Amino acid sequence: MRILSFARAAAAAGAVMAAALGGLYLWTRPAPLPAAVLPAPPSAAVLAAGARVVALGDCMVCHTAKDGAPYAGGYGLRTPFGTIYSTNITPDPVTGIGSWSAQAFRRALREGVARDGHLLYPAFPYIHYARMSDRDIELAYAYLMSRTPVRAEARRNELMFPLNFRPMLAFWNALYLRPGDARIPARQATPLERGRYLVDTLGHCASCHSGMNPLGGERHPAFQGGNIDGWDAPALTRLAAGSAPWRHEELVDYLRGGLSPAHGAAKGPMRPVTERLAQVPREDVEAIATYLMSIQADGGAAPQQQAQALAARTAALLPGDAGARLFEGACAGCHAAPAPMMRLAGRPGLARSSAVLGASPVNFVQTVLHGVPWEHGSAVYMPPFADTLSDAQVALLAAYIRTGIAGQPAWKDIATTSARVRKENQE
Amino acid sequence: MTTSVTINGRPCALRADPATPLLYVLRNELRLNGAKFGCGMGQCGACTVILDGKPVFSCVTPLGALEGRSVRTVEGLGSAERPGRLQAAFIKHQAAQCGYCIAGMLTRAQALLERNPHPTEREIRSHMEPNLCRCGTHHRILAAIREAARGDAA
Repeated sequence: MRILSFARAAAAAGAVMAAALGGLYLWTRPAPLPAAVLPAPPSAAVLAAGARVVALGDCMVCHTAKDGAPYAGGYGLRTPFGTIYSTNITPDPVTGIGSWSAQAFRRALREGVARDGHLLYPAFPYIHYARMSDRDIELAYAYLMSRTPVRAEARRNELMFPLNFRPMLAFWNALYLRPGDARIPARQATPLERGRYLVDTLGHCASCHSGMNPLGGERHPAFQGGNIDGWDAPALTRLAAGSAPWRHEELVDYLRGGLSPAHGAAKGPMRPVTERLAQVPREDVEAIATYLMSIQADGGAAPQQQAQALAARTAALLPGDAGARLFEGACAGCHAAPAPMMRLAGRPGLARSSAVLGASPVNFVQTVLHGVPWEHGSAVYMPPFADTLSDAQVALLAAYIRTGIAGQPAWKDIATTSARVRKENQE
Repeated sequence: MTTSVTINGRPCALRADPATPLLYVLRNELRLNGAKFGCGMGQCGACTVILDGKPVFSCVTPLGALEGRSVRTVEGLGSAERPGRLQAAFIKHQAAQCGYCIAGMLTRAQALLERNPHPTEREIRSHMEPNLCRCGTHHRILAAIREAARGDAA
């Protein structure tokens, strides 16, 4: 009886809450903005500056589906709440943003509101773009509006109830959206200021690297690490800690080229980010690295000898161990110290690989199962082992590389992680 | 220590070191010389065989990973006298120039057609992408696969 009445009370409270939210939304619902005609084509200088802003903002990474037309949307972002499909931001007047005025575009970036007044999901990182300078918003608008229009209807999102009810977002915005303003200077004076702007605002690094709370807001303090699309996004405040501390120049190489000879290749969702950063002036990436190095928790590098001692161990294979035998047969051709790939191409020893040093085995497992696929023009490649190794064998291999080669504390539940990653990647 | 593997339908107890890549066991111990050593790093596909229905690079497949599993090589798809459907299509289209990649091309394509007997052009191309042909007979290889895919399962 008591349980029943509690349930009734909860249902009533829920209904009141929903009615209040709905009322709030109707009261505050943003107005639709009038349709506009396409702006005149921008000058070459504006186009180049806009391309830089759009690359730094990573717009293409989410707004392009696999094998899809650039900026035409349809890329599925897997979130704990369901899958959200990115929309078409080519200037097609019907299915894209071709009828959006500069004002409507600015409102979308600053407030997360579409031209017709509906609220956008925060998978679109407007909580970061809100702080973009007016000038950068204008440049991004000019660039996007001069892309080739593509007719592509947005795919229906697959979200759980009640999150598929967009007015709920008014509540989320009240919690997490801090209004931006135009005071941000378009040109930041120092590399540190420029880097902070690029990391916090345009690059929206915290979207992946801060992790999400149960409401889908970014956790605070920022950059303590998160998960995205089945990968771990490592903490950005501990890059200079541990047995393989990052240095400024290594970060620049990694962010611009997708590969650091000292730490490994950019993989998973980070790879397209580095492909975009390869297109912007080096000074921007230098600024990002400068800022990232300034937010390191301990501010300094770990003892160099420890790293060297660990690297030396890659040479020693422990005989007899099943994981070691798998390593010899599957990995050693490229990853053992004497392998030509190591000597000629300067591959990182696995003892320094970020995927091996991670707190969880997720990135290691992802890399082993699916490899690093060939991508346009990239020199980084690793074959997939999903069909070669069982989950138990992945676990043996991981245990050997993690403890035997890298000298790190053992990971737990590797086989379970492997089974889960395999399943998620099939979905 | 022996590893029990079914190869082309025949159970084999293999005594090689479990760290030995499958390719070496096939070629040096079992005299199955169809699969070729190309790069030794899982980059070219000349060593492709079918493991439990999936194409894998045998040059980076340790014998120790294969206990109780089933491997098929190009020799298992037919013989010179009685070629399989896919092999016959490769012959008809003269898909081999130097021939070094062909065993890998055949096994990779076979694995596709067994799972998906009538793949689209896009599915064929994306499935065959890992295997390289340095002579440039890709168009003949694709034509042969298309032909085999037009009939019933190969």
